[in-house]
Amino acid sequence: MTFQPLPMVTDDNAPFWEGGEVGELRINRCRECRTWFHPPAPVCPECVSMNVGPEVASGRAKVAAYTINVQAWSPELEVPYVLAYVELDDQPDVRLTTRLIDCAPEDVRVGMPVEVTFQAADDIWLPLFRPVKENS
Amino acid sequence: MSIPARTPVIGERNAVISGIGQSAVGRKLGRTGISLTVEAALAAIADAGLTRDDIDGVASYPGAMDASPGMAPTGVPELKDALRLKVNWFSGGGEVPAQLGAVFNAVAAVSCGLANHVLVFRTVNESTAQTAGRRASVVGSGGSRIGGAMQYLVPFHAVSAANWVGMYAQRYMHEYGLQREHLGQIALNARRHAALNPRAIFRDPLTMDDYMNARMVSWPLGLYDCDIPCDGSVALIVSRADAAPDLKQVVRIESIGSALHGRDSWDQREDLTTMASHDAAKMMWSRTDLKPTDVDSAHLYDGFSYLCMQWLEALGFFPKGEAAGFLEGGESRIGLGGELPLNTNGGQLSAGRLHGYGYLHEACVQLRGEGGDRQVQGAEVSVVGAGGGPLGGCILLTKDR
Repeated sequence: MTFQPLPMVTDDNAPFWEGGEVGELRINRCRECRTWFHPPAPVCPECVSMNVGPEVASGRAKVAAYTINVQAWSPELEVPYVLAYVELDDQPDVRLTTRLIDCAPEDVRVGMPVEVTFQAADDIWLPLFRPVKENS
Repeated sequence: MSIPARTPVIGERNAVISGIGQSAVGRKLGRTGISLTVEAALAAIADAGLTRDDIDGVASYPGAMDASPGMAPTGVPELKDALRLKVNWFSGGGEVPAQLGAVFNAVAAVSCGLANHVLVFRTVNESTAQTAGRRASVVGSGGSRIGGAMQYLVPFHAVSAANWVGMYAQRYMHEYGLQREHLGQIALNARRHAALNPRAIFRDPLTMDDYMNARMVSWPLGLYDCDIPCDGSVALIVSRADAAPDLKQVVRIESIGSALHGRDSWDQREDLTTMASHDAAKMMWSRTDLKPTDVDSAHLYDGFSYLCMQWLEALGFFPKGEAAGFLEGGESRIGLGGELPLNTNGGQLSAGRLHGYGYLHEACVQLRGEGGDRQVQGAEVSVVGAGGGPLGGCILLTKDR
């Protein structure tokens, strides 16, 4: 058995949690002023238009802050692991909390470019992030 | 729409803290929440020179909740019924400006005449609940699906506040050159003061080597950056200023800070090197002529050492980004005889996680001159700040003059 808490999927958050099935990071965006925002809400925080909906973001981001979790909060958790707040390249004030993979804890830096990769978990896809490879 | 300008109303000055009470506080006391609460409540009512018939209001944070074992075992209805209180006003809940929100509600109720004497309480029995095999403070361990803001943290295994705070601490370190040793000063300071407080939980000396060599929890936060779950209850009586029976011991409320102008989540706050504490502190100072240099003792949330540092900065005890230089001073800065005596009861780091209310109790003890070995001489102005991340609220208290 693995420790994997899951979100309660609703009409509002389904695009975010299910986009990974087709490799898409879906973030809410205003169709009028083009502002991205997260978490999903029925109104644009900039222009208060209600003409909003999920769109596909680039999946590229930068590490804004990170922590190396060492404590095994559950016996099934493999530690250490790296958690981060990442800022989307599409609009840096949109952040996601995520886990960084394919990266040694000592190599993580603020500002490090990362890209999304999805991990299936039950009926949702977790947007995890990994370092962008040099030549990609 | 234009509203005519008028003199700002500082209604909190119509309310005072007329009495304080604390139950037994400790680890694994094996007590129920209501038992601890009644003990604290009766102590506070007696301390105020009142009887339970005088209590016409009750407020608590965050209301009874089952989500995290022992975190909120007792709500307002249970206490009202146990003591058969006949109230004109009551309030309990968690959607307020952090832990002190219940106090702010009580002050508002008293100031607008809905009640004369409001009993405010906060009770925890996390230590006993965890001993019973249910682990607290790890969101997602219950197995059910997660909604609200937590759904964007917990599925990634950001399950503990140590993770959410750890990321803020890391970013501040990156920006401003703060080191773990600086946060260690907050932990060492708490332990020094706990040694002078017979009711503190951890009273053995703590050295910087102990701090640095302790196991890591979530970098940069180690074991001694994290507070201690405990059992205990704090109660206080918020009274209409002209109704307090014993004016010799009342603590005056100078101003309140309850603002949150940033995003209401851990990960979306615009500036990751500030917290809700910055919004709340700015509001509190805007409602008084007193200045940070007037503060004789500070009682600031140290659920994690980093949160305490954030409160110090938010309240203007040093300029933004200069935490390292301030904390380097150690005891001469934040010790009992220092520039700004901090967490004189041992804080939550050494005296136990009474979730904001231990600070409030201690601030009143200091202003009443009842601190014994840990008394700050001549204490007349004290500040209390509670919360972290998107949660924050603070209150400036003064000795009756």
